[in-house]
Amino acid sequence: MISILAQAQTKGISLPEGASTYAGQVDWLWNYLTYVSVFFTVVIAGLMVLFILRFPRKHPDDQPHGHTHNTALEVTWTIIPLIIVMSIFLWGFRGFLDMATPPANSYEVLVTAYKWGWNFTYPNGATSEQLHVPADRPIKVVLESKDVIHSFYVPAFRIKKDVVPGRYNETWFEVDATRNGITLDAPEKEYDLFCAEYCGLNHSRMVSKVVVHTPDSFTSWLEAASDQGAGLTPVEYGAKLYKSKTCAQCHSLNGSKLIGPTFKDAYGYPIELKDGSSPIIDDNFIRQAIVQPNSHGVKGYQPVMPAIPLSDQEVTALVTFIKAQSDKYQPEGGGEEAESGDEAKAEPEQ
Amino acid sequence: MSATQPTQQTDIFGKPVDEQHKDNYLTHQRGLMSWLFTLDHKRIGIMYMIAVLSFFFVGGVFAIVLRVMLTMPIADASNQMRFEMNDTRNIVESSGATVPEEAIKLLYEPGVTDAEAQQQKIEVVLTDAASSAGAGAKVVEYPELINARDAAAQKYTQDLTNHNTFYNQSFTLHGAVMVFLFIIPAIPAIIGNFVLPLMLGAKDVAFPRLNLASWYCYMGGALFFLWVLGKGILNFLVPTLEGVWGGGGLDTGWTFYTPYSTETNTAVVAATAGAFVLGFSSILTAVNFIASIHMLRPKGMTWFRMPLMLWALYATAVIQILATPVLAITLLLLIAERAFGIGIFDPALGGDPILYQHFFWFYSHPAVYIMILPAMGIVSEVISVFSRKHIFGYAFIACSSMAIAILGFLVWGHHMFTSGQSELLNAVFSIITMLVAIPSAIKVFNWLTTMYNGSIRLDSPMLYALGFIWLFTIGGLTGIYCATLAVNIHIHDTYFIVAHFHYVMVGSTLFAFLAGMHYWWPKMFGKNYSERWARWGWLLVFVGFNITFFIQFIMGALGMPRRYATYIDKYTIYHHISTGGSLILTVGLFLVLFVWIHSLLKGKQSPANPWGANSLEWHTISPPPHANFDHAPPATDPYDYSHWRWRPEIAGYVLNEDSEPEEKDAMARNDS
Repeated sequence: MISILAQAQTKGISLPEGASTYAGQVDWLWNYLTYVSVFFTVVIAGLMVLFILRFPRKHPDDQPHGHTHNTALEVTWTIIPLIIVMSIFLWGFRGFLDMATPPANSYEVLVTAYKWGWNFTYPNGATSEQLHVPADRPIKVVLESKDVIHSFYVPAFRIKKDVVPGRYNETWFEVDATRNGITLDAPEKEYDLFCAEYCGLNHSRMVSKVVVHTPDSFTSWLEAASDQGAGLTPVEYGAKLYKSKTCAQCHSLNGSKLIGPTFKDAYGYPIELKDGSSPIIDDNFIRQAIVQPNSHGVKGYQPVMPAIPLSDQEVTALVTFIKAQSDKYQPEGGGEEAESGDEAKAEPEQ
Repeated sequence: MSATQPTQQTDIFGKPVDEQHKDNYLTHQRGLMSWLFTLDHKRIGIMYMIAVLSFFFVGGVFAIVLRVMLTMPIADASNQMRFEMNDTRNIVESSGATVPEEAIKLLYEPGVTDAEAQQQKIEVVLTDAASSAGAGAKVVEYPELINARDAAAQKYTQDLTNHNTFYNQSFTLHGAVMVFLFIIPAIPAIIGNFVLPLMLGAKDVAFPRLNLASWYCYMGGALFFLWVLGKGILNFLVPTLEGVWGGGGLDTGWTFYTPYSTETNTAVVAATAGAFVLGFSSILTAVNFIASIHMLRPKGMTWFRMPLMLWALYATAVIQILATPVLAITLLLLIAERAFGIGIFDPALGGDPILYQHFFWFYSHPAVYIMILPAMGIVSEVISVFSRKHIFGYAFIACSSMAIAILGFLVWGHHMFTSGQSELLNAVFSIITMLVAIPSAIKVFNWLTTMYNGSIRLDSPMLYALGFIWLFTIGGLTGIYCATLAVNIHIHDTYFIVAHFHYVMVGSTLFAFLAGMHYWWPKMFGKNYSERWARWGWLLVFVGFNITFFIQFIMGALGMPRRYATYIDKYTIYHHISTGGSLILTVGLFLVLFVWIHSLLKGKQSPANPWGANSLEWHTISPPPHANFDHAPPATDPYDYSHWRWRPEIAGYVLNEDSEPEEKDAMARNDS
């Protein structure tokens, strides 16, 4: 018991280590609830066992006597639990208000959830798939969804908020650097980030990380993040995006059919649409398929592709990457063949 | 039970029943049609029992499937690299080449940023291996190795897609079947149908034809679910079928949250239509119960002299009538949204997905009390009878049922604390949810006080009732965690919630259901069961249940989200323990089933009153005759057991004929 109490000084009973500034408050309340629960469970189960042992049936015709009601007793066990739960409510409500109210000087990050991944946009326009934040500064996250309901959940911060399409939700947290060992020697610390609202097939892989930096480390990370495609050819950058933007979950590169069509030998070949036409896939077809998902209606596939948040530069890189998966892609020659492909296609699509 | 078992039916005075009066509802008429068109509440109860238990089996199969899937290596996301490394090696080897282990390690080295340097390193390793290998052995070339790696990644993606699809469908169908087809109808439709008229000393429910109609509604709704299930299985076996008749199965979760449910390809319309039809079954039963309790109470049975089971069924029926229509209209709107895009829930069409959640939980939270209230009724009966002592605080227990029914309508928003609804709304729902703890606590304390100074006998119904108190205590107290706003934010939609609602809905309701089944079994079928094996069954179910679900509280507190087909490796051990427990639970439930089947085949004749209870269903022979009572027995205090005396030769309790003139009169009229 003493060891449990001692442990409770630092963290909640069986909770993960708390990293946010309000985690301590939540954990105290959690521990209080646990003591109350253990107390009542022990009392109830103890009395149950005691009565079983103390009052066994000795003869089938036993005629036990006892009171059938006692108003004072009833009122007692109505009032005492009432006081206990009201105290818990008040404490819980106060803590919740703190968690629900972002401080005015918060650093704001836009969180975009889609099936099935996260995209984080910083005030300077940089984007990332993991949430990077500085320590010792309140972070306000504005939550938007591209498709269905998701939920932004970081267990170590004790924070969760649904990401609902058609509205912005927001929440906030702050990580204390010194208490969490984020120092100049170890300038980064990672925490698990989950999607907590069921969102379909790969819901359980909608898992990312929150990386908490020291302020200096964050500044240098942000600079690097602002220019992700630097030093890469469009195809290389596209290959990187193909993985990081979760295209790989539905589109194969080896010709096998997943949830969406394969990218292998797609460019330059005709594709059958639900309206019966078969246009040849060109650059604009691919671009439209990415920025306006499901607008073509490809035959044999469900219209389930999400609108993934991408910058123009990223779309161009992805288009080039997808083209490069086809043997019709010959950027350094054979241009005529590609040209004629474009012309042949222009007619049926219109 | 004593060794000298009778083989003959005996009445409440312990006298053998004459041949000519040996009417019993099971043999009153024969043939399948006599069952399918019966208006007898007892037979309808038995038909419900067969149907509901069949779907309990179906839901249970899904439960085991999903628990076992969670222990498979692919469920642990950290195994991904190991899978891909193995597959890369296998693909290379199947092409007749070999690959040095070091090259594979380099290929999958985490955190590589310089791709060219990595390629050079691997090529060096490959060249070294090729030169040291003999002329006969072929070492893989770098481009082939990369191809093999990509193929392995694709294979993993494909396997993961299959795993996730299968898991998502399993947990959805587990939830939907268990909620709509098992827990909601289990106690009211099976036990309620059987015992409610008997407890009232009546011949049947108020509207016997509606009662039969409710069973057909249940079967109609169930057919929709079978259709969803069958379509899913056929689509899986013959993938081209999906193009013919659309998607099968169901992967929305039993809650059908929009907008996912309006865009998924699975059979949402069929499933919601099924739930819609099932709602009628619920409403018809409820109408019947309310009308019966109002109109059919015998002379002398005032409201506060009803058995508490009737109070519980009454409160349940009130919820069913008021809440079910809201679910029905919500599901119709969902169907309209899917079929016609009316745009009430879909934000892309100007709708609000949170509105759906309000509508849905306005029914589905009270539905929790549809499950638990009748369970509490059973426990009130069993605790008192097996303590052979008058129930303590009758009025408080009765009123607390009604209080729970009313409060239950005002707490639905606690399912939406993280949805972004206003802080004020959250506060209101939190405080009202806290209030539900009060009537619940009152019940538990009253049951305990009933046991105090009693004469306690631990037969299997009592063991299940005590198990109920244990599970309900844990489920109820963890409910306070969930109602506490600041704490809820952390545990919302995690395994903590999964554990909590399994303790309350499954643990408590299932235990009370089993308590009721074992308690009324001799009355239902006129047969005794093996008490010894029934107790072993209880032990396995109790231990298995607690192992399965208690560990989930800890897993949830550590942050494991619910409805995850895969998880990060720190949760692996908890999932394995939980699955182990679920297997014990399964063995226990099958043991219970075998005890029942054995009783039906080999059980000895039960006396009219094996437990010494005094509610009116024990005032007729076991099993009851077709008309229950020709003349209602006098309604006395249902918790006064002092008149019943143990008669060892029939292993049951009997009344003294001479000191009970009214009873004698009623029985005598039965004979006429």
